[in-house]
Amino acid sequence: MTALAVVAEARRRTRRRPRGKHLSVLGWVAAVVLAVVALLAVFGPLLVTVDPNAVDLGNAFADPSAGHPLGQDASGRDLFSRLLSGARTSLVGPLLVVVVSTLLGTGLALAAVWVGGWFDTAVARVVDAVFAFPGLLLAILATSIFGTGLQAAIIALSISYTPYIARIVRGAALRERSLPYIAALRVQGLRGTAISLRHILPNIAGLIFANATLSFGFALIDLAALSFIGLGVQAPTADWGAMVGTGMAGIQQLEPQEALWASLLIVITVAAANSLGDELVKRSEARA
Amino acid sequence: MSALLEVDGLSVELPVAGEYRTVLQDVSFSLDAGQTLGLVGESGSGKSMTVRSIAQLLPPGARTSGSITFDGASVLDLRGDALRKFRSRDVSMIFQDPRAHTNPVRRIGDFLTEAMRVNGRVPRREAERRAVELLAEVGIHDGERRLRQYPHELSGGLLQRVMIAASLAVKPRLILADEPTTALDVTTQSEVMAILARLQREYGMAMLFITHDLELAAAVCDETVVMYAGAMVEHQASSRLHTDPLHPYSAALMQARPEIERRVPRLPAIPGHPTSAFETPDGCAFAPRCRFAEDACRAALPAFERVGDGEYSRCRRAEELRGQLLVPAVVSHEEVVR
Amino acid sequence: MSAASPKAALHTLRFLGGRIGGLLVTLLASSFVVFGALYLAPGSPITFLTHGRSMTPDAIAQINEQYHFDEPFLLQYVRWLGGILQGDFGRSILYKDSVGSLLGQRIGTTVALIALSALLVALIGLGIGIFSGLKPGIASSALMGVSTAAMAVPTFVAAVVLTLVFAVELGWFPVFGVGEGPVDMLYHLILPAFALALASIAFVARLSQAAIRQEITADHVQTAISRGFPYGVVVRRHVLRNASLPVLTVLGLTLAGMISGTVVVEQVFQLNGLGSLLVSSVQQKDFPVVQAICLVYVAAFIVLNTVIDLAYSVLDPRVSVGGGKS
Repeated sequence: MTALAVVAEARRRTRRRPRGKHLSVLGWVAAVVLAVVALLAVFGPLLVTVDPNAVDLGNAFADPSAGHPLGQDASGRDLFSRLLSGARTSLVGPLLVVVVSTLLGTGLALAAVWVGGWFDTAVARVVDAVFAFPGLLLAILATSIFGTGLQAAIIALSISYTPYIARIVRGAALRERSLPYIAALRVQGLRGTAISLRHILPNIAGLIFANATLSFGFALIDLAALSFIGLGVQAPTADWGAMVGTGMAGIQQLEPQEALWASLLIVITVAAANSLGDELVKRSEARA
Repeated sequence: MSALLEVDGLSVELPVAGEYRTVLQDVSFSLDAGQTLGLVGESGSGKSMTVRSIAQLLPPGARTSGSITFDGASVLDLRGDALRKFRSRDVSMIFQDPRAHTNPVRRIGDFLTEAMRVNGRVPRREAERRAVELLAEVGIHDGERRLRQYPHELSGGLLQRVMIAASLAVKPRLILADEPTTALDVTTQSEVMAILARLQREYGMAMLFITHDLELAAAVCDETVVMYAGAMVEHQASSRLHTDPLHPYSAALMQARPEIERRVPRLPAIPGHPTSAFETPDGCAFAPRCRFAEDACRAALPAFERVGDGEYSRCRRAEELRGQLLVPAVVSHEEVVR
Repeated sequence: MSAASPKAALHTLRFLGGRIGGLLVTLLASSFVVFGALYLAPGSPITFLTHGRSMTPDAIAQINEQYHFDEPFLLQYVRWLGGILQGDFGRSILYKDSVGSLLGQRIGTTVALIALSALLVALIGLGIGIFSGLKPGIASSALMGVSTAAMAVPTFVAAVVLTLVFAVELGWFPVFGVGEGPVDMLYHLILPAFALALASIAFVARLSQAAIRQEITADHVQTAISRGFPYGVVVRRHVLRNASLPVLTVLGLTLAGMISGTVVVEQVFQLNGLGSLLVSSVQQKDFPVVQAICLVYVAAFIVLNTVIDLAYSVLDPRVSVGGGKS
């Protein structure tokens, strides 16, 4: 999880104050790119007309043609339909990681802040300890226990990404709790859980969402890396990271289409998530 | 004998949001060796800009006109080595906030000896011995220990004394003191001020002393210049300034500060708020806040004119109002609390 | 300057003790996770380890003895940890060899790879950062733009693209392997090290640029300029020295992050280091080797972070070593 913490730190220092109420041009472009990518994940597999797993060895590494707009891979499979159908596999994993770690991290942090005392200390200790375990390594360890595939990796990465969100939420919730309006609510007899969920949480939701966006890019990279080295999504299922891996064979024969197309989609998605997350984070921090 | 420092018609423009704005307008004064001149004004009056122009520490993009002459050489034309020599040997600057103006990761000893070692090529031991002496001069007697400490381990007053000691290290001919006591608490203020004034006399240095405190300027300086909105409004001997101000602004400043001997019902605040040079309307910049202002004051900027021997004012009515400026506007003894 | 008082020395000792204690606790916790993972596996540990391989009763007895499965869980853990502390990482199920010697054959490549990458990050990342921090302009903005983009490139994509361009198309570098002899090895490691370092170079460049830009406007730098120091002295002693602090924290963390990146890079360039051994051991279900490599990686990661942490507190006097006022 360190990579994410490092980048977040680096960005905090390099960030410029946001101007105006609306997203910057770059922010909009990033948001549109992510929206398109999300549509691909939802509808991509439905748009596929050629079977992404249909082997056609006679046409290995074939150039783009009428039926195959991006050409064919080493086994003669259609690249375009593989990229399309791979969108869902490539994106759902990171999304799950982000959702689970955000829920877990937010819940833990809010509880820690509200209960305080030994519970807060204990949570902080555990969070620090998990922080010391690199995410990719934990995912690899998990696949060695539960077998290759995305399930174990997603669970491992969710755990590994939790400390990052938990730290941020804890900091923000502590700041929020010290504001006078919270004292006013307590005087009115509202319960801790109600204050946390109905008042603190909505006020820091922007910050949480922004950091979740930022961590999406990193989760995507980690899961793609896992599939790339062969421990994640297994053949013949199409996945962008796995396609870069299988595309390695083509690289040495100067047929890099498969690896390059898959790489391009990964880089564009990650860059979009980073830019949008970055901008959202600086906005929510400027407001805080 | 010609003056040590001569500032003539100095104007400064700074780029603000893409356009140049005047922050200093036609400032002229001179300072002899060993003499002390006070620059008094509210924040934004241009007093810091004046001092920064002399050390060539203006923000990037600043445009200056007029001239600054130090010991016969034109300061504004100094570049490269000549500028470094001027900064390292001839002038020394004491800043308002010693905490922000010392490198937090370097030791006090390093701060004190750096100038001697970098500019004067003094060997380390020699420089350290000298640093301990300098610390003794500013009343710090456990110098050996202090040299090994870091700025964050010293109080503000102590750190400002270190700053003063450091500026003495190179025996400059001119000290530029930019509100050296403003950031300190009241009790240390007077200590630090006493040390600075004593050393200035002993070393025979000239000093340009910036403050917003007229009384303090009067106590320390031979002459005082009062500034408002980037321009000089009054210049005369400090000893007479607080009994016989020549500009309504100086008089108002005087009345706005408390006196220990006298109880007043309420400190008269100056109405309105201070303006910067580029915000000023036509005419006298102080006119909107001046209780003596007339229509003519608002029509054209008054000239900075000689009123008497060594007395200058930028008030049209300076001679006419002389002696009446300090008469309270409204006296209501009923408002005396208790 | 030396001659610190005994009290200060005591403070320093206590500080060091605290950090090292924290390091040990974290190491212990992660070793527990690595060991305990065995029990999370479906089925009994012994069937998990043998994984349906047909094994001689002798071999099974050996595994049983190695892990002490007949004893309580905690005792097993203590024995396992004790063995590791004595350099005994157990035996590989696949290679019938001691894990320690397997790691010994492989660790050199990985260390060389990480060291070379770290060197690249320090030279290029800091070089770009210092240049663009001190000399704003078109070149500087362009470098920052490229760095921002490079941060979105995963290590494996960098590895693939570098291989394609510099090894296959241009033929300047070998496609894979580590070659023979130290010079040849260095030559073989250049591309992998670049791939591993790329994103870190970009971070460090951006961060050091920002740190320098921020520091250069600091009041204390004004003081140094007002004292007539040459530009070089001001930059070196006041700008770079102070800007190095935030960079150092990130430099350390990125180096630590590159440790897990070796898994990917060694795979692409077929380097016989720990990373590729980890992947093949996972695929071949050689769990003792997986355990050992995970432990080595995590330990390296944690130790590196502690070292950086200590270095930071030495360099920044405000991080009070004595735990007093900061």
